[in-house]
Formats: sequence, C-alpha cells, structure tokens
Amino acid sequence: MTIKIVDSVFDPFLEIQDFQTQLALNGKFGATSIFIGTMRDFNEGDEVHAMTLEHYEGMTQKQLEKIITTAKDKWTILEALIVHRIGDILPSEPIVLIAIWSVHRADAFEACRYIMEELKSNAPFWKRETLSSHQTRWVLKNTGSK
Amino acid sequence: MITITLHYFASLREQIGRSQETLTLADSITVLDVWQYVHQTPLPDNTLIAVNMEYVERMHYICDGDEVAFFPPVTGG
Repeated sequence: MTIKIVDSVFDPFLEIQDFQTQLALNGKFGATSIFIGTMRDFNEGDEVHAMTLEHYEGMTQKQLEKIITTAKDKWTILEALIVHRIGDILPSEPIVLIAIWSVHRADAFEACRYIMEELKSNAPFWKRETLSSHQTRWVLKNTGSK
Repeated sequence: MITITLHYFASLREQIGRSQETLTLADSITVLDVWQYVHQTPLPDNTLIAVNMEYVERMHYICDGDEVAFFPPVTGG
C-alpha cells in the first residue's frame, strides 16, 4: 500500500510502471485496475484555466489509509497505489491515480471504484478554480458517482 | 483547563480570515459549542468537523490537546 501526495505534475503510467517493478508479486497477480482523474478545462458551464488543490496534511494520508484498509477487508487486494496532486494544476494534467493489483479482476475493479468514491467523499482536498475571466471560485461539492 | 487548537480550511478559512488559533476553556464542551463560542454565529450547515484528523459529529466533546478542524465539503479527486 502506497499513498503519495505530490505537488508537481506526475505521469500516472510511469508511477504504475515504477510501482509494479518494485512489487514482489511477479506471477502472483492476474488483474490490475486503474483509475486516472484528469483536470478538465470546463466546469459548471464555464471555461476553467487553472486550479489549485489544497489539502489537510496528515488527515489526508490518515483517511486514505483508512479507505484502503476498509477496501482490503471487503476484497482480496494484493497491492494498492494512490497518487494525488496538490498545488497549482492546469487542464489535462492528472489529478489522481488509483491502481489496484489482485488475483482476479472483480476484486481489482470493485476495490478501485470503491476507493475512488470514498476518496471523493472523505479525503480532505479542496479545489479552487480560476476561470477564463480570472475570477476564482471554490468548487462547492463533488459530483455523485458519475 | 483545556487547551485546543482550531484549524480552518479552504473557503471557510478565507471567510474567517485565519487558518488556525488556540483556545483555552475551563471545561470540555462539544465541537459545536466551540464554534459558537469562538464565532458567535451558527455553524454553516454543510461544515465538516474533524478532531485529531478523524471525522466527528457536532456533539463530540473535546479533550485537552485536541486538534479541531472545521472545513467545507471535500472536493478532491
């Protein structure tokens, strides 16, 4: 289980590759499920030029660990990786990566979805958008399970 | 005496104009009462509260040394 909070652009595919190379799981896993969340250049009908992500250091890690632990109780997971951006972000940059390794696909698919939805609901991150008009606004709530 | 630290995040921090403060009280009170004592206004409906980085309900009683955080709904991911 690895949780990384990063303040600069990351390549989700390199993160997966690096993590998987370090795993002592060769031959043991049959499924890897990944979710990558990427910044859009529009929201709520407005053009968005940039975004700043703030978090509650310490609590973020604690909540994410708790989410993974609960997922491990529900599904058979061999490994889990979460990478989440903070700081200033531009459209098309990745915001979040969830990757789950398991023996069979159902565990990987379901755990990945569960972890992402729980992160959206409970991990203390907040987005502030900068619109094309240079006006800034806080994102008031996350979308449901869309 | 009970001394706690209060933390505010995101839009709530901007509205309040500070990110943290220390509070000393004679007795334990609930986190809701902490808010009302400090701010003299009702706690906004959608505010989330954490004590020592764990979510708590509004009627949770504080202990000496607690880190109490108030923040708006989370919007990560």
